[in-house]
Amino acid sequence: MSFLQVQGLKKTFPGVAGSEDLIVFDNINFELHRGEFVCIIGHSGCGKTTILNVLAGLEQPSGGHVFMDGREVSGPSLDRGVVFQSHALMPWLSVRENIAFAVKSKWPDWSKAEIVSHVQKFIDLVHLQGAEDKKPAQLSGGMKQRVGVARAFAIQPKMLLLDEPFGALDALTRGNIQDELVEIVQQTHQTVFMITHDVDEAILLADKIFLMSNGPQAVIAEIVENTMPKNRSRTTMHHDPQFYSIRNHLIDFLVKRAKAIASGQEVKPQRPVVVRPGLLPKAA
Amino acid sequence: MTALERLRPLALSLIILGLIFGIWALATMGGSKGQVVDDEYAKLVGAAAASGQKSAFPTPGDFLEKLGGHLADPFYDRGTNDKGIGIQLAYSIARVLSGFFLAAAVAIPLGFMIGMSRTAFAALDPFIQVLKPISPLAWMPLALFTLKDSGVSAIFVIFICSIWPMLINTAFGVASVRREWMDVARTLEVRPVRKALRVILPAAAPTIMTGMRISIGIAWLVIVAAEMLVGGTGIGYFVWNEWNNLSISNILTAILLIGVVGMVLDFVFSRLQRLVTYRD
Repeated sequence: MSFLQVQGLKKTFPGVAGSEDLIVFDNINFELHRGEFVCIIGHSGCGKTTILNVLAGLEQPSGGHVFMDGREVSGPSLDRGVVFQSHALMPWLSVRENIAFAVKSKWPDWSKAEIVSHVQKFIDLVHLQGAEDKKPAQLSGGMKQRVGVARAFAIQPKMLLLDEPFGALDALTRGNIQDELVEIVQQTHQTVFMITHDVDEAILLADKIFLMSNGPQAVIAEIVENTMPKNRSRTTMHHDPQFYSIRNHLIDFLVKRAKAIASGQEVKPQRPVVVRPGLLPKAA
Repeated sequence: MTALERLRPLALSLIILGLIFGIWALATMGGSKGQVVDDEYAKLVGAAAASGQKSAFPTPGDFLEKLGGHLADPFYDRGTNDKGIGIQLAYSIARVLSGFFLAAAVAIPLGFMIGMSRTAFAALDPFIQVLKPISPLAWMPLALFTLKDSGVSAIFVIFICSIWPMLINTAFGVASVRREWMDVARTLEVRPVRKALRVILPAAAPTIMTGMRISIGIAWLVIVAAEMLVGGTGIGYFVWNEWNNLSISNILTAILLIGVVGMVLDFVFSRLQRLVTYRD
């Protein structure tokens, strides 16, 4: 059995003033294997964040089930670390205290020294040495998000959920953090579920890319398997012949097919179709 | 800012102070002004008493002399109606602080509860809305009747007037803790007590402290009136007693010191407020 199973997930919001309920998404089915890095791409409003919140246990679905490690997810848990879109650091705590707060939540019996050394390890991992005693307000956007990442990794969860963590960062900073994330994930073999709007980010980081159709009644239409070599890097991956095949497939989906599926021009699949656009023969 | 720019407001303040004293001095100049009382009353008390030697309102010089006297020996105690102004102020401050901290001990936990539970808020809101606008002095007879002690009654009046801003601000601060921080606490499975102390309290602390600052200000306003009613000790009683003595200089001294103490209390709480305020 796979590590994470999502079955028939559905979310509705009550309609305004007696109108019909709004079905955000319906019949969402997918699986995740241990150590897999999955990115989910789709237009705003299709319910990506809601799916992530359901996986985190922060929101209750209107229907369907989520199982992790054979047990149903019914609420938030230290087994699932979350990196929030808005970093969600506590402004009255320093960088070190923010991470230590999480560490102490996971291991309440640890001594001060144990906590300090564990926290330092993760500060080093995201290259924040020297900023330990700064308050979030004194940090740049990229540094704040690094703290958010370090806090989530520090509790060593079974799965990591990232809600478009680098969306608000400039391209240069985003590139650097992506590299760090690749490095950390390779070291820790963390299972990751990440929302992104950035197609290149998805190709760089993900083993599988979930493509979501537009809402309402959005579905995961396709699962794109990333067939590029594991050791790809941000600086060289665009020379790989597979890169543009995958990228074009993703962009075609976002600009045309996401809408076509929502409007019924294209058939809505009951289960996501697995595709490998990287291995398709080039149309000559 | 240059030294000159910093000196400018100071100079202006001194000029305004000088003007106040100047006008005051002009207004209180001149000696006997002839008859100062009603004709019938003049017949009764005789010419000398009726014309008076001098107006009861002191000149700035008289006032400063009196003020100097009070400040030189603030803590003497020569019986019930003759205590140093420092002692009177100390009584008032002690009453204000005990009433205020009793109120804080009730308002902050209760405000936490109201802020966290919609049910508790909805259930208590009508009571708060009705009780809040009542003048604290209106409680005085009830307090005197049930508590049977004027000193305790004064503390009760302070308690009842300082509870509302703290209660409302605590509830508001707790209710508006940012959702993302609560979500962080939830994903970290933080236990309720730790969540209250380590997440909600620091997040709401600036709002709570604002409520405390408003409360201490109101408490200091109310204590003067309360002590005028209950009598015995305190700066409010002192003012009333000096009114009966028609010693305007003493009243002015008390007014000035009430202002200074109020300013100091506000300053302390503004410092505390700054201590718990975080930059986001």
